[in-house]
Amino acid sequence: MIKILNVAYKNLLRKKTRSGLTIIGIALAAWVLVSLLGFNKGYESSLNRDIDNLGFQMIVTAKGCPYEAATLMLKGGTGLRYMPQNITEQIAREPEVEAVTSMLMQAVFDPNKGESGGYSAYLGVDPATFPQMKSFLEFKQGKWFTDPDALEAVLGYEAAELEQREVGDPLLIIEKNVEVKVVGILKRTGTQDDGTIFLPLNSVQKIFGVKDELTGVGIKVKKEADMVQFEEKMYKLPDVQVVSLSQVKQTIMTLVSTAKVMVFSIALIAILISVVGVINTILMSVMERLQEIGILKSMGATAWDIFKLIWLETLILCISGGMIGAALAMATAKLTEVLIRQLLPYAPSGGLVQINLSLIILTFGVVILIGLLSGVYPSWKAGRVRPLEAIRSQVE
Amino acid sequence: MKENGQKVIEADHLVKIYRRGSEEIAAVNDISLSVKVGEFVSFVGPSGSGKTTLINILGCLDNPSSGKLVLAGRTVVDHGEALSEATLTKIRREIFGYIFQKFYLIPTLTVIENVMLPFTFYKKPGAENDVERILKLMGIDHRKDHLPGQISGGEMQRVAIARALVNRPRIILADEPTGNLDTRRSQEIGDLLKGLNQKEGLTIILVTHNPALAERADRIIELRDGKIYAPVHA
Repeated sequence: MIKILNVAYKNLLRKKTRSGLTIIGIALAAWVLVSLLGFNKGYESSLNRDIDNLGFQMIVTAKGCPYEAATLMLKGGTGLRYMPQNITEQIAREPEVEAVTSMLMQAVFDPNKGESGGYSAYLGVDPATFPQMKSFLEFKQGKWFTDPDALEAVLGYEAAELEQREVGDPLLIIEKNVEVKVVGILKRTGTQDDGTIFLPLNSVQKIFGVKDELTGVGIKVKKEADMVQFEEKMYKLPDVQVVSLSQVKQTIMTLVSTAKVMVFSIALIAILISVVGVINTILMSVMERLQEIGILKSMGATAWDIFKLIWLETLILCISGGMIGAALAMATAKLTEVLIRQLLPYAPSGGLVQINLSLIILTFGVVILIGLLSGVYPSWKAGRVRPLEAIRSQVE
Repeated sequence: MKENGQKVIEADHLVKIYRRGSEEIAAVNDISLSVKVGEFVSFVGPSGSGKTTLINILGCLDNPSSGKLVLAGRTVVDHGEALSEATLTKIRREIFGYIFQKFYLIPTLTVIENVMLPFTFYKKPGAENDVERILKLMGIDHRKDHLPGQISGGEMQRVAIARALVNRPRIILADEPTGNLDTRRSQEIGDLLKGLNQKEGLTIILVTHNPALAERADRIIELRDGKIYAPVHA
């Protein structure tokens, strides 16, 4: 016995070009949808990964403008404010904290740097905690210093290029006239770490004469912790400012949201066009087969049978288009990423478009919904055809 | 096979009026007739005489404006009031097998798939057991895996007849079944219909312009201007 699905499928084969073009239309809409949903997911997780790669989601600095403090910390500068070193232990006791690391940023103006001189940023870090927190940092040469009092340095990729140093070379800290030995050079990270010169915290404190003081404490918060609540708790510490990377992330996401609205509008238009295309195809097919539908009804097909038949035809078109579109989206994810990068004000490193099974299922859900909705009118119209219409057409 | 005397169609004062603007045209004008089980009846007459309209009403494909129609003892229309479309669908698939001038085969389905297409929507118990026999009876069993585009016009009409037969109808309604066929093929279809009537005991209602085909019937009814002009016994 021939199943209604088989009849629907073979009906679509009668106009291969038209069915094919409709499937292509749906495939394009599905492709856009999968790519954009993949982007939506990929962008945020890449941003989160980038932020995770910073090693800590929060920095506590001495009171002052937090952004200024952060800038000074990251880029070097003068007028730094300090916090007592024991604040690290105080923060570490908080239940939300997974790990902490003490940092002391110092900057020295080097008149020989660049064309008109520039700051060299020295970041004193705790060799016991900092390398662990930044475990993703990879070395081009050498390794971390282990002695907290050693006169040794690890250079970020750009710092090493600028200073033209390799492992084993000496490095002179201008103004302080102290020479340290380069023990490691990091690979490029694409972050501010590239321009930083890392030294053991105790050594920086000694060299710059700021004993028992810090410029910042990096905090890695437990995944399950409530960041907002913890941030408020940190603000209660005396004379500190908190720079949370969730704020930075929020700012970036706001910037990106405009681009997102634009791309989702494109997806919506693509979907609308494909819906109209599907309705048009099926409606034309119904009109062309009006006589035949009448004959099917004279054979005993009910209005519901005809509705099902036409609806199935619509669904076959949509599911085929959805499958092709999803495959296309997976195959062209890299190309899509390149195109999207051109559009965005800021793009994190790593994969921007992440397509996974749940996304494919979601897209299929949307495509099937499109099929069901766009099939309703043509199917209803076909179901209402009276068999006599066929007979009358025959007489003409 | 014939249950002589039992009426399967009883039409009483059937009228079908079409309105074209202010003008009223009586396509069927007060026709009363009855058809017995196993009878072969031909309707003949010039174009516009109301043959197709009448057969459509008798086959529950159209409703009369007034009159009464009883099919196999069940009143289908009374005083122009018809049963619901859903009920008429049930009656159509229980009682009738339709054959049309155009064959209306689905070009992407094979011969056997076209013949079995009615089962997709409705199947009388055990009807599938008859398919092979019907294909043989129609002389198309060797063509069953061909597509309609690969067989002749005569064979296509045989497929359409086989399709009309698979659900064991009580009445075959054939509207100009040879209209698209040459003389030889028309004769073959005529032989087939006569065979179905005589050997299978099927009631056949035929509309045709072809006198030779009409002659195969037990009874020829001529229509003119929507009225029975002359019943002629073959």
